[in-house]
Amino acid sequence: MSQGPRGEGPRSVGAVGEGGGDRPGVLLELQGVTKHFPVKGGGFWRKSHDAVHAVDGVDLQVRRGETLGLVGETGSGKSTLARCMTRLLPLTSGRVLLDGEDITDLKRSQLRPYRRRVQMIFQDPYGSLNPRRRVGSIIGDPFAIHKVADGAERKRRVQELMDLVGLNPEHYNRFPAEFSGGQRQRIGVARALALRPELVVADEPVSALDVSVRAQVVNLLADLQDELGLTYVFITHDLSVVRHVSNRVAVMYVGQVVELADRHDLYATPRHPYTKVLQSAIPVPDPEQSERRARVQASGELPSPINPPSGCRFHPRCPKAQPICAQVVPRLEVKFQDPPSHLAACHFPLADGEELPRAEAGDVARVGPGDGDRRAG
Amino acid sequence: MLLEVKDLVVSFPTPDGLVEAVRGVSFAVGAGKTLGVVGESGSGKSVTAQTVIGLTRGARVSGSALFEGRDLLKMSRDQLRQVRGSKIGVVFQDPLSSLHPFYKVGWQIEEAIRAHEKVSRAEARRRAVELLGLVGIPHPARRVDDYPHQFSGGMRQRAMIAIALALNPSLVIADEPTTALDVTVQAQVLELMKRLQAELGMAIIMITHDLGIIADMADEVMIMYAGKVMETASRHDLYYEPHHPYTTGLLGSLPQSGHEGERLVPIPGQPPSLIGPPPGCPFWPRCGFAMPKCRLEVPPLRAVPGAPGHTSACWLPLELTGYSVEVDAARHLAAVAEGATAVATASGAEEAQP
Repeated sequence: MSQGPRGEGPRSVGAVGEGGGDRPGVLLELQGVTKHFPVKGGGFWRKSHDAVHAVDGVDLQVRRGETLGLVGETGSGKSTLARCMTRLLPLTSGRVLLDGEDITDLKRSQLRPYRRRVQMIFQDPYGSLNPRRRVGSIIGDPFAIHKVADGAERKRRVQELMDLVGLNPEHYNRFPAEFSGGQRQRIGVARALALRPELVVADEPVSALDVSVRAQVVNLLADLQDELGLTYVFITHDLSVVRHVSNRVAVMYVGQVVELADRHDLYATPRHPYTKVLQSAIPVPDPEQSERRARVQASGELPSPINPPSGCRFHPRCPKAQPICAQVVPRLEVKFQDPPSHLAACHFPLADGEELPRAEAGDVARVGPGDGDRRAG
Repeated sequence: MLLEVKDLVVSFPTPDGLVEAVRGVSFAVGAGKTLGVVGESGSGKSVTAQTVIGLTRGARVSGSALFEGRDLLKMSRDQLRQVRGSKIGVVFQDPLSSLHPFYKVGWQIEEAIRAHEKVSRAEARRRAVELLGLVGIPHPARRVDDYPHQFSGGMRQRAMIAIALALNPSLVIADEPTTALDVTVQAQVLELMKRLQAELGMAIIMITHDLGIIADMADEVMIMYAGKVMETASRHDLYYEPHHPYTTGLLGSLPQSGHEGERLVPIPGQPPSLIGPPPGCPFWPRCGFAMPKCRLEVPPLRAVPGAPGHTSACWLPLELTGYSVEVDAARHLAAVAEGATAVATASGAEEAQP
């Protein structure tokens, strides 16, 4: 559980391992969390019974003081999972436990005390701030909703927050449009931190930002974690960012967690072929490394979550797939001599240093003109 | 040189004032080569490319853009339309809004062909099927009759590439072609573009904000900031011997493997407004090596000795290339010798913002 060097600032994270009982330090626990969205359509008389399987049976624990990274591509269910764990969406089935207390079935009014402890930061710094309201009142909203502070006291605390996230407190009366993208994301961070939450779920917090500004916000989040002892769930599609910020990483594919490991283990010895494919698909900003490394490609594209593939959901694209992969859903479990913290859901996990075969056959990316015609005929 | 752009200046009159989007950009692309154009939002990278092919209406444009010896900026709209599509193909970021939702994918490729060549419908269709196969659409003879919504995001971008390549252009301009795609699909599309370039020999202008894609694709790289070229270099020199502090700043703000959990080194502050930009180097308010000279005089692009094609628009001594603590120390010394006093810091530069 090393926090890693994060500059010279004071480090007050010792919270890992606190909390008692059989699950030391677990702040948030997800048990078999499932979320299906019914699909509209099917005609006027006949109602459709299809559903988007956005999240299917996810078990996950978030430990106090850590940053858990959640990576996945479009439709992997990572954002839906974020909204389930913050109870912004009701679950189809499964349970959400905060500090051991079941909050799955609580009503809106009953949830309010928990909302203070769990906050979200959203991706779009343009869409998530009301353009017609002043920044001070946006950041002060949580104080008003939870009746914590008002009047001069609210203003003082808002300005404290603005200072904390690196905004000029004198800009209290400005509108969101007067701020740049990076500064707007700081406003979102300030609003999320207003009530001193324990857990912050950040959904693609830096994806909309330019490279130079992205680094500013990543550093800010790290500093705030050190200062306030926050626990983060950091959701992104960007593997290089998640690798940088997370202690542990969960890789999601079409609604399921396919691999979960400490950051180092995940990158040194990925077990699930999808993790490997994802890693090798990231463009590296280093020409020599880029030429050297073997690129493995997954054939085809992401499947529809309405009719997810049977068995292992990655099997239609997997270069290692065998008949069993289409029939039996692999369990998320420890492979080889891995530590108990490293879990993978695969029938044929990758051994240490094993490379994937290049998916030549059936790889649509490599179909030549002749091949294409032949296939069509 | 296939395309040679000189002193391109583009500005847009707006109610708030004149937006000076591109301020004197020159570059050249050789046949069959890939030029990577890197920049953040507002750097002018897309406006540069769109102006060259005549897609910036309402803009004030000056300069020249010689393509196969003819100036694109002096052509009439009809002449330009002849070049665009047949000689220069274009791939945009968003394949969903670039394809017409009402027409079949195959029909749209046929249209692109028939707009430029006198061929029969049947012949155009045969070539549309062939092109879809070329860009890796499975069962092209069947998928040619699909509508765009029946294609996935990656397949739509492949279809856009098919349209761009329909008339065997000598230049393809790709403006963030994979930004809207998932990483695994992005890898497929980039591989496809590299393979097609090897087979068909077209030149590519690859516009992106992603330094990883450039490291993979480009022969030459041009870094843009606030409508100006900051640095040009071969791919190797750009990543291993960069000169401009903006380039080193960009590289430094990327997460590196092996340095997880460490603090990133961001560039402090924000890019400047393009309405009435300040004199001098546009980067100085965010630069750690800013000297008094930088605020007054715009540094011209100067050649870095010993590296053909490597130029940098910075007043720092040109032999100080590279990316290390020692080089940065030498840069500081040089800046102080030139009279630099205050070094820009993250907080300081940000206070200066709106």
